[in-house]
Amino acid sequence: MPSATDASDIALETVALTKRYGRTVALDGLSMRVRRGEVFGFLGPNGAGKTTAVKVLLGLAEPTAGSGTLLGAPLGDRDARARVGYLPELFRYQAWLTARDVLGLHADLAGLPRHDRGMSIDEALHAVGLADRGDDRVGTFSKGMQQRLGLGVALLGRPELVFLDEPTSALDPLGRQDVRAIIHGLRERGTTVFLNSHLLGEVERVCDEVAIVDHGRVVAAGPLDELLGAATVRLRVSGLADPASTLAPFGTVVEDPPWIAVRGCPADRVPDLVAAVVAAGGRIYAVDAGRETLEERFIELLGRSES
Amino acid sequence: MKALLIARLTVLEALRRRLLWALVILTLVVVGLTGLGFNLVVDSARDRGVRELELIVGVSQLLILVAFMFSFVLAITAAFLGAPAIATDLDSGVLLAIVARPIRRADIVLGKWLGLSAIVLGYSLASGLLETTVVRWITGYGPPDPLAASLYLGAQAIVLLTVALLFSTRLPAIAGGAVAVVLFGVSWMTGVLASVATALGLDEVASTMDATRFIVPLDGLWRGTIFALEPSAALVILSGGGPDLETQGPFHALGGPEPTFLLYVAIWLAVVLGLAVFSFARREV
Repeated sequence: MPSATDASDIALETVALTKRYGRTVALDGLSMRVRRGEVFGFLGPNGAGKTTAVKVLLGLAEPTAGSGTLLGAPLGDRDARARVGYLPELFRYQAWLTARDVLGLHADLAGLPRHDRGMSIDEALHAVGLADRGDDRVGTFSKGMQQRLGLGVALLGRPELVFLDEPTSALDPLGRQDVRAIIHGLRERGTTVFLNSHLLGEVERVCDEVAIVDHGRVVAAGPLDELLGAATVRLRVSGLADPASTLAPFGTVVEDPPWIAVRGCPADRVPDLVAAVVAAGGRIYAVDAGRETLEERFIELLGRSES
Repeated sequence: MKALLIARLTVLEALRRRLLWALVILTLVVVGLTGLGFNLVVDSARDRGVRELELIVGVSQLLILVAFMFSFVLAITAAFLGAPAIATDLDSGVLLAIVARPIRRADIVLGKWLGLSAIVLGYSLASGLLETTVVRWITGYGPPDPLAASLYLGAQAIVLLTVALLFSTRLPAIAGGAVAVVLFGVSWMTGVLASVATALGLDEVASTMDATRFIVPLDGLWRGTIFALEPSAALVILSGGGPDLETQGPFHALGGPEPTFLLYVAIWLAVVLGLAVFSFARREV
């Protein structure tokens, strides 16, 4: 949630952003803040208002109420859009253009300097693995290749902020891995990434900060580490007479046969926990030192927001 | 100026999608066939001893009929180029990536209009000048102002294209195209009815019809095409008896459009194009 931060450090911010289509409320007082240079995961189930939020942030749709800024300018500011890359969720490029033509068109639309144009196009093609298909027409591309091209268009000219709306939806596992590598590269370069996704594993792997949105409002937000809560150790064990009392010193014990989960047990205490089980006569078959997954947290939060 | 970028893209699309080639081939076929027709008519008329003045009048009337066919082809082309220009690109998602760039919506509409106008104007000039040149070569009859005739044809297409583009900002392509074609038909019929009413001395009906001709100013431009294709000799013969059904029909004109009418058309185009820009600027994508 918004807190005091230097304004120049903010890539985008919204305050009580609301968007209604007739009786349908797509955004219901959406408030969030994304700092420059971070990879921000915008998570939510289908129909939660994620794409509407991106469109309002880019000025493609007018908010019904509320306000916001994008790269220091009010939402809808045309000059700010020159510093933004956008991969829409549902898009198509002109089938009769080559990949290089499409990138050239967007380079001109973005107002890239003429002397950088060729280099920027080559860089984008290379980044998304289409360097050898640049002169082929888009109409001959598979869906995955079109998505790669869309990603290339979004990265063109090294924008300060990149919106990626479901960037891996048409990609195979290798393509997804490539996208993760691209996002990591963007982070290293200091580019802010706004990743709109319902693929939790994706977000868990690449994001620094996450906002979970449902019914057009943020139900939880913060650094991924904080959002996922306490570490949890899961054990498969036999021969323990009283697991609860044996394991209680290490955290909250939840029995879920054949597993026993110990919530709140930090990783550095796992050897002690194993020793205590063995000392109490327990036979250990498996130990899984992890934490609540984003999926578990997501379902828990959305369940809470429904009730 | 980003409108020129969009205009260039629009023309490039017509080229790459082979629309221009289709029009070029179609025009060559039509000009070839009509040239053959003119040749047959003129040879046969001369063999029968038809007077040269009557022959000129006959050829000019045939040429006006051919121009009407071109006008129809141009109208259909304009309607089906303008109607999907925004609507289809919005539906397919092509425009989504473009509007997110630092470009004014007005530049997108103006660019599409410029590109499509260049296509229909280029087509009308090329086909009009080619047809009149072939007719002059075969029959010896050259209309007074073939360039003006072609420009009036092109202007009609631009008028219809502009209406279709306005519809395209709100209506699906098929609906917009159908409405534009209907407008073309209604406008032409209104022009015919106004002529008939004038000839019959039905002044009230004629003035009502005349007023409706200004809603979509196609008929006035069509009369400009006719006037530029009619021989002055025919004008003398036909206008000698004063206005009647023959002189005021859809294929005769006693004069070209007034400068005030042309000014009206320019203002009309600016207003409709302005409405298209306004409509698209307020549309959420």
